[in-house]
Amino acid sequence: MSASFPLQLWCKRRILPGFGLTLGFTIVYLSLIVLIPLSATFLKASGLGWESFLRAVTSARVLASYEVSFGISLLAAVVNAVFGVATSWILVRYRFPGRRILDAMVDLPFALPTAVAGIALAAIYSPNGWFGRPILALTGIKVAYTQLGILVALIFVGLPFVVRTVHPVLEDLDLEYEEAAASLGASRIQTVFRVVAPELFPPLLTGFALAFARAVGEYGSVVFIAGNMPMKTEIVPLLIITKLEQYDYRGATAIAVVMLMISFLLLLTINGLQRWANAVQIR
Amino acid sequence: MIESRHRPPKGRPAVRDPWWFRTTLLSLSVSFLAVFVLVPLFAVFFEAFHKGLGVYFASLNDSAAIAAIQLTLLVAAIAVPANLVFGVSAAWAIAKFHFPGKSLLVTLIDLPFAVSPVVSGLVYVLIFGAQGWLGPFLQEHNIKVIFAVPGIVLATIFVTFPFVARELIPLMQAQGSEEEQAALSLGATGWQTFWRVTLPNIRWGLVYGVILCNARAMGEFGAVSVVSGHIRGLTNTIPLHVEILYNEYNFVAAFAMASLLALVALATLGIKSFVEWRTHAEVPAKEWSDYA
Repeated sequence: MSASFPLQLWCKRRILPGFGLTLGFTIVYLSLIVLIPLSATFLKASGLGWESFLRAVTSARVLASYEVSFGISLLAAVVNAVFGVATSWILVRYRFPGRRILDAMVDLPFALPTAVAGIALAAIYSPNGWFGRPILALTGIKVAYTQLGILVALIFVGLPFVVRTVHPVLEDLDLEYEEAAASLGASRIQTVFRVVAPELFPPLLTGFALAFARAVGEYGSVVFIAGNMPMKTEIVPLLIITKLEQYDYRGATAIAVVMLMISFLLLLTINGLQRWANAVQIR
Repeated sequence: MIESRHRPPKGRPAVRDPWWFRTTLLSLSVSFLAVFVLVPLFAVFFEAFHKGLGVYFASLNDSAAIAAIQLTLLVAAIAVPANLVFGVSAAWAIAKFHFPGKSLLVTLIDLPFAVSPVVSGLVYVLIFGAQGWLGPFLQEHNIKVIFAVPGIVLATIFVTFPFVARELIPLMQAQGSEEEQAALSLGATGWQTFWRVTLPNIRWGLVYGVILCNARAMGEFGAVSVVSGHIRGLTNTIPLHVEILYNEYNFVAAFAMASLLALVALATLGIKSFVEWRTHAEVPAKEWSDYA
């Protein structure tokens, strides 16, 4: 074990071996793979100078891509929040044939590679596709190669998050509280909104934030269905790749730094939400 | 008591939803999942097979396709064990000991999940690329990292970094360390304790983390796309090869390659369900949603 003084102090009452070795390896590996590369990106961006950095991250094309990415991600997270609660409810409260298969299906977007989902969705929603053709014929709306296509892809990648955060909480919710509310004269709607909803709200918000964070960074499933038109259907990650392909490393780095800051912010928010959700559960 | 909580509210009329509500909610959710999950999955296999088995196998039996499959297996074979060792080590340090800065460490381990895959690839380009910090040094010594296999491996390790650790940390925290202490007090060495006491206790969590890590490692697209350079037969993994074939309008071949990854995904879900079924009694309620 390490000989440095404070470490020895903490190690005093330790019985299990391997603390120095495992923590040391963890920190070295984390630094080499994650921390040093990420800090290098910030260092690189700081070399740009404040003005050219600002110019790079606020040009019209970049601003348009923020709007596409964040706007559609938000919409997709809202759709997933609604259907996530509905799906958790039927999985926990109802018994029907195929429930276990449905439960496993919810996780498919985690396991299916994004590129595979991307080409499948593009094929289905293209003007000749299984869904694309009837939708176009009936409503005149094109789904693939428009912002609607991006929405479809982002709903797919964010689908499991709300179910996976709300489902366990709903499962642990004692039915007796609802029965008590009913026996005291509350209607079913009152019970659901005043007894069940407050318990589900923290995990719902956590799942919503997770789905949003995932959607903002998503690349693989979107590029095939988006059409990738600058100013219209260009998402931020695609713009970074475009800049890289044009050897505009400075521009790519500047946008990446903005994305990283947003990722950190979302991660902190999600951590706070999870802590809140746990506190609510323990109470 | 515990049993009754998990039972559906049959025979408990106060918490039973009206039939019209049940039917509506059930059909809405099922159609949503069918449209967004089942149909895309079915489409992959339909497009891959709709010109017949012969065409399907012919498109897999292509030198570039075989090279892509080999590279994907190689990358997963390096990235998954690396993150497995890291995950076990991090979980041991975090779950079995108290030290200041622990919650910060846990947050930092989660970091790669929050970063966009494209940015994950870019950070390595900025270090190892021709324009990067180490670029001139690497060029001098004729070492290629970016647009070569090492870059692909690094980017894959980055995006799959937290999988095993975040599966094991809550599991080992919940199990405590009494059993390990007992083993040590009976004279076992540290390694013996780990192999004979800890490992059997965490084996299902380990399987769970490894299969999720592997699925992501084989299917990663964004990060690998940035560092790979898309050199056919050399630096194309299966997902990248799918993209190239698709952009060449070679749809049957693209979907045939994609069907391999879809099979990996289905196998992953199958094993995951099995592990969940096996551990339903063993594992305490998971507060860490497994997000990826």
